[in-house]
Amino acid sequence: MRCVICFESVLPEVNWTNFLLVQKEVKLCTTCFEKFDVITEPGCPLCGRADSSGVCYDCERWEGSSYQGVLTKNVSVFSYNDFARELVARWKYRGDFTLIEAFAEAAQTKYKNYFQMMEADLVAIPLSKERLLERGFNQSDALITLLGVSPHRFLKRRGSEKQSKKGRSERLLGENPFILVKPTERPVVLVDDIYTTGMTVRHLALLLREAGCPEVYSFTLFR
Amino acid sequence: MKAGDAMLKRFKKNPSSNFPPFQSFPEDSPYQFLSGKILTQTELPLPVEELQLLEEQSLVMKLPSLTNTRSTWQCHRCGTDKPYFFARFPHAGCRKKCTYCRNCIMMGRVMECEPLYWFSPLAVWKKHHSPCQWEGELTNAQSNAAEHIVLAIEKREELLVWAVCGAGKTEMLFPGLTYALRQGMRVCLATPRTDVVRELFPRLTSSFPEVEIQALYGDSEEKSGSAQLLMATTHQLYRYSQAFDVMIIDEIDAFPFHNDDSLKWAAKRAAKDHASQIYLTATPRKKEKRRIRQKQLPTVFIPSRFHGYPLPVPTLKLVTTLRSRLSKGTLPKSILQRIFNQQTGKRQLLIFASTIQYAENIKGILSSRLLVSSVHAEDPARADKILAFRNRELDVLVTTTILERGVTFPSVDVFVIDAGHQVFDEAALVQIAGRAGRSHKDPDGEVIFFHSGKTNAMFEAQEAIHQMNIKAKNQ
Repeated sequence: MRCVICFESVLPEVNWTNFLLVQKEVKLCTTCFEKFDVITEPGCPLCGRADSSGVCYDCERWEGSSYQGVLTKNVSVFSYNDFARELVARWKYRGDFTLIEAFAEAAQTKYKNYFQMMEADLVAIPLSKERLLERGFNQSDALITLLGVSPHRFLKRRGSEKQSKKGRSERLLGENPFILVKPTERPVVLVDDIYTTGMTVRHLALLLREAGCPEVYSFTLFR
Repeated sequence: MKAGDAMLKRFKKNPSSNFPPFQSFPEDSPYQFLSGKILTQTELPLPVEELQLLEEQSLVMKLPSLTNTRSTWQCHRCGTDKPYFFARFPHAGCRKKCTYCRNCIMMGRVMECEPLYWFSPLAVWKKHHSPCQWEGELTNAQSNAAEHIVLAIEKREELLVWAVCGAGKTEMLFPGLTYALRQGMRVCLATPRTDVVRELFPRLTSSFPEVEIQALYGDSEEKSGSAQLLMATTHQLYRYSQAFDVMIIDEIDAFPFHNDDSLKWAAKRAAKDHASQIYLTATPRKKEKRRIRQKQLPTVFIPSRFHGYPLPVPTLKLVTTLRSRLSKGTLPKSILQRIFNQQTGKRQLLIFASTIQYAENIKGILSSRLLVSSVHAEDPARADKILAFRNRELDVLVTTTILERGVTFPSVDVFVIDAGHQVFDEAALVQIAGRAGRSHKDPDGEVIFFHSGKTNAMFEAQEAIHQMNIKAKNQ
């Protein structure tokens, strides 16, 4: 076995349990595994960031705006540390799709704990056609597939602007770049790679809620 | 695509006799900047119509990017055929499960469904009448090596230049470069380390002011890589095929080149089949040493520094509490005392630490009393910090092995903290010791290896330096 991130060979320790039972496939070496910062206790109950006690400043601002109550809650798997930043760059922008395996186990566990009981529909963040062809895949589609579910397509993107190149205020002032294709009356979980300002998921959530969706959550890899 | 397939097979079987039927770029062609390059579809800087035009003129060929052999794949950009570097993904472009290469993913994705574009390596390069404006003079040892280099370029042969740290390797290349540029050859000076490119580039441009020279590395401003004289990190060679008449590789024993077959493959392919290959090193690895012994690799040996003074021989200092102190995030008192004593002298201090964490800890400990900074490979401010140290804005620079080679500071003492750590192999320690006493004005320097138990690497490094000094004396 090789580590899916650094390609070092991983030698699983042999003990009676893994000698007798079918082994779980090891995807990561210990060095890479330890560089992940798994969020065990969300500090902010709304956006799930770890470095906050109680509702954080950003969420307070959201709840005092016209987006009040639009997004019920965000759940994230890892903190967005330097290591995560590098991985996301390699995964999404260089296009190393298989890196998704590095996130699999933690993401599946987290998803199970928070959302499995809920009977919600999973919705990916739509990409513009140009961006999809440039990257070769839609990262939130890939994540939903990783969770063993098939994504619903309730929404579409209008323009083709890159969110990550914009500052917070620019993002907040921008027009809603999405349009609703199909309304739903079941709860929805939006799945994305990163929750940064929370604007993207709220744009989508607003459209869904206006058309009768009872509750919108978001589930992201990094916060 | 099919033609490309067959061609590649022929090309691989017998590279010299079956060179594809390329045409040469006409003189003053606006596309000459593409000569010798291998690019992916997304890297193409041309609209489709222009590409088609070039294709009709046999100035570009499509090659399969990944080929499937019986048991595995091979990537034709980076050459790797190790199965674990290949993965498949649902590609939105071709709507299939598409194989891609993970070895060279940091240079952009190479996919099964998209070909590579190889631009004709045939082009006319300028013949410079007198390109070299350097006014310094070579020492006897340097000019002897320089003559060998000129000869190797003339005869298109292989040559290893084994020169101690501070022998003045760059200047030795000048006569060879001059010869090549006069003949209208295309030259690549490649090295595994970005810092080495950054350091050499200004020296080359000032010595060859009329020649178009470019420096190419991961985050370089210059991206085109179209110059007649190209300086590049070895990774950039993935993007060339049969492009250079002379391939010079500086620091061939450095990480990551020395243990990466894919980079070696790329360096070979980037040079023409009859190109002259010149390797420079101060610390050849076992493989090269064996080839030298077996007389398979022509070698020229320069055991003395350009200023004629001997190499500083490292002293070993045993500090038994070293490792326990380091793990607590502190330094033993005796070492601290040494550092503060050293600082009362005129020289700056370069400290090598085994890991990034220790480098930062040591910086933290010293920062209350000294102007100190620390650098490591992923440090975004690395180049600035090195410059600040060179400009004497810092007293002490704490570094990982990233600065073991290629960088010159005029007057430093060098301390290695925990020299017994595995990152410090013989080559690394010889290189590190070679940072001291580089300048004519201050040809000496103190080199201390602090350790908590002698290793073979320390002993061998000390011995190698000692041997060099004896050879230099007897010369």
